[in-house]
Amino acid sequence: MRLAFVVLAVSLLAGCASDNWGWYVVDPTTTSGASNLKFLLSGLGNTVLLTVTAISISVVVGLLVALPGLSQRAGLRRFNRVYVELVRAVPILVLILWVYYGLPQVTGLSINVFWAGVIALALSDSAFQAEIFRAGIQSISRGQYEAAQSISLNYRDTMRYIILPQAIKRILPALGNQLVYMLKMSSLVSVIGMQELTRKANELVVSEYRPLEIYTVLVLEYLVLILLVSAGVRWLERRLQADERN
Amino acid sequence: MQNAADLTPAIEISGLNTFFGDFQALADVNLRVAKGEKMVVCGPSGSGKSTLIRCINRLETHQSGTLKVDGVTLDDGRAARDAIRSNVGMVFQQFNLFPHLSVLDNLTLGPRRARGMTSEDATSLAMHYLERVRIPEQADKFPRQLSGGQQQRVAIARSLCMEPQIMLFDEPTSALDPEMISEVLDVMVELAESGMTMVCVTHEMGFARKVADTMVFMDHGRVVEHAPPDTFFNNPASERCRDFLNQILSH
Repeated sequence: MRLAFVVLAVSLLAGCASDNWGWYVVDPTTTSGASNLKFLLSGLGNTVLLTVTAISISVVVGLLVALPGLSQRAGLRRFNRVYVELVRAVPILVLILWVYYGLPQVTGLSINVFWAGVIALALSDSAFQAEIFRAGIQSISRGQYEAAQSISLNYRDTMRYIILPQAIKRILPALGNQLVYMLKMSSLVSVIGMQELTRKANELVVSEYRPLEIYTVLVLEYLVLILLVSAGVRWLERRLQADERN
Repeated sequence: MQNAADLTPAIEISGLNTFFGDFQALADVNLRVAKGEKMVVCGPSGSGKSTLIRCINRLETHQSGTLKVDGVTLDDGRAARDAIRSNVGMVFQQFNLFPHLSVLDNLTLGPRRARGMTSEDATSLAMHYLERVRIPEQADKFPRQLSGGQQQRVAIARSLCMEPQIMLFDEPTSALDPEMISEVLDVMVELAESGMTMVCVTHEMGFARKVADTMVFMDHGRVVEHAPPDTFFNNPASERCRDFLNQILSH
């Protein structure tokens, strides 16, 4: 891993020395380079907003889809299976195009680019969230349900106070993965014109014609974002574990 | 003076059959537990003793026969089940405390959510029962910080916070280290002396001799022996029961 990083860094630096690279395009010391960089970074807010909104919705929808999957009634379980299988089978890019261009024709309501992106990302992710929640809830021992029943807690209170707090702690790493995945998939919303990181990079490439440098910056933008998210999730996990110890 | 309500048996079971798939866990069980009675149920593993007490608060469902708790017939409906559960406390072999909640929160959750008590009332109720099981100083700890014996006493206190008329114990000391068994049994003896109706699945025969009004021996899902402790220990009617007692009392 470290070796691969060194090899990559060396080859990139070697490239810088040759004529292949033209870093001037994003050189912060020059006026045009600084304004180009600012232009690239201006997509950051939208990328974050899109991802956070979509994952918030998909967690809620995922939970609401997971619960019937755990029911004793076959009909409810079937609803869960059909939802998960159908939604999981559609590529995110296709879903984005369908929601943006197709859905307004069905509903008669026009949706803006942001909400089309949110709906498509959230819908696609909800199927995975549902599976994560189902596994997490199933991992809680039967004794916990029985203890809850023995003190007369109803289904809602049992889920809210007993099962979900324990299940969420267990699925936190998986939820973190999902957040990272969503952050990356949000780049696909650029195809319908969402002004996020990838779209900004594409637009700059068209005017500056320096794809190598600009897309390298784009890669670094996602890399930094995702490393920050990973660190945040790890910190949260450690904190929750510490809660249990003392 | 007894009035009519006191004469209703706490638990009345007749012709009870329970199946797990093809396996018959309970076969034609008939039992009556009077109010205030302490019944100890024993038998080899797989004899149906746990299934029996789990049927009483509907953690298992019976396929035929009738089961009445305090005059309420347990049927497929929710109303009867909920009425019975609110009247019956249960202590599990594995304690089943809520590991993410403090001892105090374990105790107050039921009173607050199921009995609609205020937080203050639930807390003082919880502290009252923690004192009764002699661990009020552990109120703010988490279950994993306690010993097995302490955890089981918290579990007993959690059940008592629902102020049930009947307590069911499903092998409450089987998962404990030997030196912790007596602290749990002491609490159970005190509870018995307070007049609580109790059904205990246990192999602690010293405890049984001390508190039991009736002894039940089960084998292959049937009640084989049902007698007062004197008769049960000194002169059991069935061969199976005699063998079983010899085995568990020999050391």
